[in-house]
Amino acid sequence: MTLADLDPLWLTVRLAGLTTLILLVVGTPLAWWLAHTRSRIKFLAEAVTALPLVLPPTVIGFYLLIVLNPNAPLGAAWVNLTGSTLTFSFAGLVAGSIVYSLPFMVQPLQGAFELVGRRPLEAAATLRASPFDAFFTVAAPMALRGFVTGAVLTFAHTVGEFGVVLMVGGNIPGRTKVISIAIYEHVETIQYAQAHALSAILLVFSFLVLMLVYGLNRRFPVHVV
Amino acid sequence: MVEVLDFDVALKLGDFSLEIADQVPLDGITALLGPSGCGKTTLLRILAGLEGGGTGHVAIDGDTWLDSARGVFVAPHRRGVGHVFQDARLFPHLSVMGNLHYADRRSRRAGNAVAFNDVVEALDLSPLLARWPASLSGGERQRVAIARAVLSRPRILLMDEPLSALDMRRKASILPYIELLPQRFSIPIVYVTHAVEEASRLASRMIVMDEGRKLAAGPVRALLERLDLQPATGHFEAGVVLDATVTDHDPQFHLTHLDCHGQAIAMPQADLDIGATARIRIRARDVALARSRPQDISIRNVLEGRISEIAEEKDTAFAETLVDIGGAGVRARITRASVADLRLKPGEPVYALVKSISFDRRAF
Repeated sequence: MTLADLDPLWLTVRLAGLTTLILLVVGTPLAWWLAHTRSRIKFLAEAVTALPLVLPPTVIGFYLLIVLNPNAPLGAAWVNLTGSTLTFSFAGLVAGSIVYSLPFMVQPLQGAFELVGRRPLEAAATLRASPFDAFFTVAAPMALRGFVTGAVLTFAHTVGEFGVVLMVGGNIPGRTKVISIAIYEHVETIQYAQAHALSAILLVFSFLVLMLVYGLNRRFPVHVV
Repeated sequence: MVEVLDFDVALKLGDFSLEIADQVPLDGITALLGPSGCGKTTLLRILAGLEGGGTGHVAIDGDTWLDSARGVFVAPHRRGVGHVFQDARLFPHLSVMGNLHYADRRSRRAGNAVAFNDVVEALDLSPLLARWPASLSGGERQRVAIARAVLSRPRILLMDEPLSALDMRRKASILPYIELLPQRFSIPIVYVTHAVEEASRLASRMIVMDEGRKLAAGPVRALLERLDLQPATGHFEAGVVLDATVTDHDPQFHLTHLDCHGQAIAMPQADLDIGATARIRIRARDVALARSRPQDISIRNVLEGRISEIAEEKDTAFAETLVDIGGAGVRARITRASVADLRLKPGEPVYALVKSISFDRRAF
């Protein structure tokens, strides 16, 4: 196994890490809104958020390709802004992963926020905490498990991504060739030794991450009545 | 002039409608009394700004909190309103100390001189500071919640049945903490309860509510004598509160003798100075009436008076009566059959036989 073989691994970690960070920022307000809204269109928003759970990755990838390609408004705007295309680029993979992993961040967070409920926030308000203040000092710490679960599931799910990447990113070494694509390629070309090595790395890595998270969760439980 | 919390609010929730106005003096404890589901909690939530749907106006000492006609709504965190919830609502991720600091940190600029250590001491919380809310008993939790609300240095403290989840003994152990708050920390309190004994013990002023409306408001003693406020004030614990002066102690039989509006009463010995004033409570169900002074009877407290009012309760066996014992009233809950047999009418002389008296406050 050569160093070049480790490129897909590094690319995968970058992709999953960046996707997780962005989804923490984007998914939290969405999950908060879903948990607290009394809007009549809540069920619609929930259905849209959950779509990536049931759609085949190829369908998501196909539509992303349509939306992100340089001839579509969004893709064209990106080209004007950065000079490069979204399709068949790392940025495009991140965009695709955000869509693909959205429910894995939003659903645990929404559940955690619903569990916290309004009551502690009302108490915080009567203690002179602004809604923003109350979110960071009461709701977020009480929903810590939701954040941990959401982040882990998002990361792990993005690491295991295949179909969407293939559709949107193709197979460009160093840019869009993530570990799952690399394994696929090795198998297609009957390089079983390399496929074995990368698969084992992925297996051990995923296991270690999950173990770490569950261990932390047990070690530092949230004090809940 | 005493400052007031002035409100005139309305809210519709399905079949239930709330419409109530009053001026609560920002001084001492005002009880908000009424049966479950009468809208007490909803009113309190409107005052705190937690119930968004309320209309009308709320102003404290001239500062408007709500004026729906002009579109004014001050958010709860800008009101400076303390709230003690039925279910304590301590933050589970913070220790007792952390919960208290949460309030303290955010209210230091509020002006009034409530000191952290004073509050901890007033509610006996020193031994609990390092504990987590999950490990506290119900009574301890409420004490922490009360301390936390006081440490938010509110202009007014709203307490929503803070003792309703506790048993009788725990309740009795927390009441003394609550009654000293207004004086010690200069914080007026609105205390919601459905238990008339809590209202009479804690409050000097009371608002009686039923079905979203105000039935009466005024001094607690005057309202306790009113028979027409039933059933909002409750049958079981209904009664009156009287002032009595200690005349002497009888060490042999462990009795304390008191003078109550010119009439002698005896109670189990209490640690009170001669000449001290005590607040005593006589429940309507503990009083029987007789036409003549009974002989050979174990009851020691027989008060002479005249019937001033009789309220027969339709479709029940009972009647509420009010007996004037010389400037003060004693309520007696007797059967309608007795009213008929004894031919009781307003103005008739009677003897009130009091089976049991309790001190409302040991001394004040």
